[in-house]
Amino acid sequence: MSLKNDFLSGIIRENPVLVLMIGLCPALAVSNTALNGLGMGIAASFVLICSNIVIATVRKYVPDQIRIPIFIIIISTFVTITDYVMQAYNPALYKQLGVFVPLIVVNCIILGRAEAFAYKNSVLSSTLDGLGMGLGFALVITVIGAIRELIGNGTIFNKIVFGPDFQPALIMILPPGGFITIGILIAFLHYFQNKVKEK
Amino acid sequence: MDSTSLFGIFIAALLINNILLIRFIALCSFFGVSNQMETSIGMGMAVIFVMMMASAVSWCIYHYLLLPFDLVYLRTASFILTIAALVQLEEMYLKKYVPTLYRAMGIYLPLITTNCAVLAVAFLNIDYKYSFLQSMVYTFGVSAGYTLAIILFAGIRERVALAPVPKAMQGYPIAFFTASLMSLAFLGFKGLFGL
Repeated sequence: MSLKNDFLSGIIRENPVLVLMIGLCPALAVSNTALNGLGMGIAASFVLICSNIVIATVRKYVPDQIRIPIFIIIISTFVTITDYVMQAYNPALYKQLGVFVPLIVVNCIILGRAEAFAYKNSVLSSTLDGLGMGLGFALVITVIGAIRELIGNGTIFNKIVFGPDFQPALIMILPPGGFITIGILIAFLHYFQNKVKEK
Repeated sequence: MDSTSLFGIFIAALLINNILLIRFIALCSFFGVSNQMETSIGMGMAVIFVMMMASAVSWCIYHYLLLPFDLVYLRTASFILTIAALVQLEEMYLKKYVPTLYRAMGIYLPLITTNCAVLAVAFLNIDYKYSFLQSMVYTFGVSAGYTLAIILFAGIRERVALAPVPKAMQGYPIAFFTASLMSLAFLGFKGLFGL
């Protein structure tokens, strides 16, 4: 039950972007298309899961006072790996994501989970936590990307959805569209939470 | 206007590619501390201060250490550690020698370590292949842009806090809508001075 809980909490109840309000920068900046969002989601999830596993493994040997620098070193190792792998195998995506790939290292989700979860829990639950949080992040960023791409360009994952008569609202793939989309998503979430509370 | 002239770099960083509203970097602190005017000003000043130091140091590290010794793959790790150490050092220095300044922005300094803008600027200086002087001007433009945006945003948020907002929209959603409108306004700077 508790293992299942570790996994599920990241997806909705403690969703990093919509509820905890962390990891906003990549969630908005690279979510102008669904594909970019998915790419960023996978890259960040990979770093999150790997760093959670390593930190949970070494946590007994890490002195309390210098844990943050050690976490950062571990995280930046995996970020560098992601950086180079993406550059080699998917240069187009790498070019789209740009500076946000190395910036995964300061993504508060990853350091936050290292500090709040992986440092205190077993390897197995940390892996599941990383998986759940990563999935929650990837899900939100892909959804935001899909909404923006659909309205701003009339496509999802580069497939045309609306016919040729559709007039795309360019504003949605520009920066203001990102703010508006996430604002509406959070407003919906609040609305449903209030409904549940009233019952 | 030439986009590589110092003034061009400054204006582009300050307004046209405003780091918060157009490039979406450092949003966590943007939404986190912009409730009040006073804290926003403190945060803005701290960001200018730290960012200038951090980009000077990281520029030197990259060009005098990583490039000559072929260690470019250590870029991410070395930059983030330098910045974290630098912030600690600055905090201790200010606490001891400039207590007034420390009181004004002390509590924001640790927050800045995880402020992605500082690291982002260090990377962007390298990516754009700026000279030292250019990167300093660029960094000043970026950090001034951050301060400008966060102070404007705090001013609006203080007013919005008093306005009747639908229940589901209270708090973050309305802040995002505000940011969206500001971002729209900043898009209008595109093409300023032909940049």
